[in-house]
Amino acid sequence: MECNKNMKKISLLLKSFVFLIVCFNLVGCVSIPKGFLKIEEKSLEKRQVQMRQYETTDETKILTAVAGVLQDLSFTLDNSETKLGFVAGSKKADATNKGQIFWMALLGGANAVAQCDGAEVIKASVITKPGANGKTTVVRATFQRVVWNQMGQVNRVESINDLDVYQKFYDSLSKAIFLEAQKI
Amino acid sequence: MKQSKKYLGVFIALLLGVFVSGCATTAGKAFEMSESQVKLRSMQTRAFDTTDKQKMMQTVISTMQDLEFVIDKADLTLGSITGTKFLGNAVVTMSVTVRTRGEKQLLVRANAQFGLTSVDDPATYQDFFTSLEKAMFLTAQQVD
Repeated sequence: MECNKNMKKISLLLKSFVFLIVCFNLVGCVSIPKGFLKIEEKSLEKRQVQMRQYETTDETKILTAVAGVLQDLSFTLDNSETKLGFVAGSKKADATNKGQIFWMALLGGANAVAQCDGAEVIKASVITKPGANGKTTVVRATFQRVVWNQMGQVNRVESINDLDVYQKFYDSLSKAIFLEAQKI
Repeated sequence: MKQSKKYLGVFIALLLGVFVSGCATTAGKAFEMSESQVKLRSMQTRAFDTTDKQKMMQTVISTMQDLEFVIDKADLTLGSITGTKFLGNAVVTMSVTVRTRGEKQLLVRANAQFGLTSVDDPATYQDFFTSLEKAMFLTAQQVD
């Protein structure tokens, strides 16, 4: 009988201990992953997608064209530093997907629909620098997007690695500077 | 027995309260430094034997782009570069400053923030400077 009581006591203590640990883990500050500032092996591939080379040394001309293309794509320019060959812009857009809303409504009702993608902001950042042989200019564009749900909470954040997006951007840029972009 | 159980309940509730409020930040806390200032500065700073600030900044920018950062701001006069990177659902922001040190050197200081916490792990900064070193070498050697 006594033993049974003790067992119960111990199990209660154990339970509360586990509960506390779970609470602590939930509340505790998020741990930071290691090695996120290490260059990955994939980075060379990404560089090839994001980079083009133009047969000119006129960086200002290219930067002006970049700003023009960004405006053509209805981006607003946020920041620039000509001496470093840098232009950044962003664009707000509608991210609603009718298919997603239909299925979410069917499966989860109004609450689920509120979780669907609502709006997005696309950020573009373009860097130009002189090429290695001194006769060319290298351009590297990077894009990111932040997607909000219908309630205005952030649904997800991501880098854009879609080949087509970059290809389209460089097609427009080449048209704007009348020079063929060369792949690196 | 019943009373002791009651006490245990109160105790657990109090402990929970402590844990829940553990990570709360007040305005004052934002200015507190987790590591000693000197230690933090030394892990975030490196000196390079060059005086070409523009080239150094361009190399920092390319290195950050290789690390999947999107450059948000850059200023040559101030020598500052700020960028953002997405890691899963977390946002990493990093700012790098480049300034002259003496007549022959440049000082590069990087500080990164992961979500709401600032990064104070020396190895993480070392990774960045290792990449930067390699890139500076590449630039010097005109490989690209």
